[in-house]
Amino acid sequence: MMFLESLLRDYTLQIVALGSVILGAVSGILGSFAVLRKQSLLGDAVSHAALPGIAFVFLLTGVKKTEMLLLGALISGLIGAFIIISIDRYTRIKFDSALGLILSSFFGLGLVLLTYIQKRPNANQAGLETFIFGQASTLLKRDVYIMIALGGIILLVVGLFWKELKLFCFDCEFGKSIGFSDTKINLILSSITVLAIIIGLQSVGVILMSALLISPGVAARQWTDKLSCMVILASVFGMVSGVVGTLISSSVAHMPTGPVIVMVISVIMFFSLLFATKRGILWRYIKTRRDSRDINECKILINLYESALNHEEVRHAHKTTMLKPIKSLHYLRDKGYIRRDYLNTWVITDLGMEKARNSIDKNRGERV
Amino acid sequence: MQKYIIEVEDMTVAYEKKPVLWDIDIKIPKGVLMAIVGPNGAGKSTLIKAMLNLIIPISGKVLFNGACYESQRRYIGYVPQRGSVDWDFPTDVLDVVLMGTYGQIGWIKRPGKKQKEKALDAIKKVGMEEFVDRQISQLSGGQQQRVFLARALVQDADIYFMDEPFQGVDAKTEKAIINILKELRSRGKTVIVVHHDLQTVKEYFDWVTLLNTKLIKYGKVDEVFTDENLRMTYGTIGPILKGE
Repeated sequence: MMFLESLLRDYTLQIVALGSVILGAVSGILGSFAVLRKQSLLGDAVSHAALPGIAFVFLLTGVKKTEMLLLGALISGLIGAFIIISIDRYTRIKFDSALGLILSSFFGLGLVLLTYIQKRPNANQAGLETFIFGQASTLLKRDVYIMIALGGIILLVVGLFWKELKLFCFDCEFGKSIGFSDTKINLILSSITVLAIIIGLQSVGVILMSALLISPGVAARQWTDKLSCMVILASVFGMVSGVVGTLISSSVAHMPTGPVIVMVISVIMFFSLLFATKRGILWRYIKTRRDSRDINECKILINLYESALNHEEVRHAHKTTMLKPIKSLHYLRDKGYIRRDYLNTWVITDLGMEKARNSIDKNRGERV
Repeated sequence: MQKYIIEVEDMTVAYEKKPVLWDIDIKIPKGVLMAIVGPNGAGKSTLIKAMLNLIIPISGKVLFNGACYESQRRYIGYVPQRGSVDWDFPTDVLDVVLMGTYGQIGWIKRPGKKQKEKALDAIKKVGMEEFVDRQISQLSGGQQQRVFLARALVQDADIYFMDEPFQGVDAKTEKAIINILKELRSRGKTVIVVHHDLQTVKEYFDWVTLLNTKLIKYGKVDEVFTDENLRMTYGTIGPILKGE
């Protein structure tokens, strides 16, 4: 409640929160595609590669205008992405090595330039290093307008090319054979991904930006088997972590916004990995246990059923030792499928006979 | 002169320095069901990928109905190897089959009712109607192959290329698939299949291409599919066909 109150009253907070929401939404959408293409780390390399662009623009112009700096980031990010894709295509160097090469060399260059800038006698240079870790509190209304515009472009492009993006991510070779050039779609997807990264540079920074791209997509994938649901869910996760992260960092002193947002989305991701229905680790564990128990019971019941059919006296009792494990016997008794005869022997009931017949029929049906 | 639906001329493809296909010339008449056979690494998949313009050859060209691939794409269907995609992708059977209609729809537009009906028809044809909404990660190998086949059927093409459609499927599915291929042929379609099982070539196909980087022989199965030609293709000692 206190959070919400401050959100309603504090104008700066509103700006920052709005920025974070846009960032979360956009990076969730594009992160989903990156995760499905198994290119999550491309975003990481591109965001690191954006740093020298920012420094270059500042060196050239000497002013700290967000639009100009981000334009520099955009250009050097795109150059980085282009080099990575070229290395992968035209050399024998593997994709992950290409990522590492570009990430470290561009980031290194960025740091060199930033250090050089800081040593220069110029009153204007302070604050450029915020792009490394991000500083959401420096967001101005104008910056958020830029974010809204870029976010709108991204949404529009994803909406228009939804079918093509799906085809490309699932089976790009088939897509190519029916006339959807993979180069074109890749260009579209890479461009909007770089735009999303640019949106995040100011508040989250080049180092942590990849977390915002990867985590919402991974988290959303755990809950759904439908691409549209996954993309929407990922963007919702992104938005939630944007707002929650902003509010936490504003109400606790000395909490950086960007890293807190990343922490929130990481918590969402780990929670999803563990507890999501269907794909979550815990859910799968429980299901495996339950399945093997069911199969075991079914096996014992069918054994009893078949030997009941083979004995002249239908209610022939069997010894426990023949029917292990004992735990399954107790389950079956609790369900009324078998009952205990004298001492350590068990007899199948009418209900059990019926159940066994059913499961034999069902299994046969499934095999056909 | 006989009219050929596919003509491959002087095609050479290489990865790095190693030639994978060497100066291939093939002329395929309309309405045949043709197998491409050869040992591993013979360039079978490469040949159909090069015909489909997915791989750019060093030299040579392919003509469909006497025209280039780009202009004839609408009439060409493709079934890639089942293992070439991630079956854990979040989508269902209908959605994958619908992708077969994308080529006719073109950029940006979405598939509508008409396309959906077409897709459902194709799904029925491959016997997957119970699985329309099934998440693709829950399909068996044979079912995956049927889905890919349905996607190609939706393309409503005249020429089909299939990359090992029988790989890892059980006997029942194999029969079902070959029946569909034979039905396609009876409707005048041309079907080119990368195939591995030499035992079934005579039973399934009427044309065959024997390939081992170079084109060894191609033509009617009765004339070309002989022990001698097979030995030239596989370079092995002893009989390749058992029980013949």
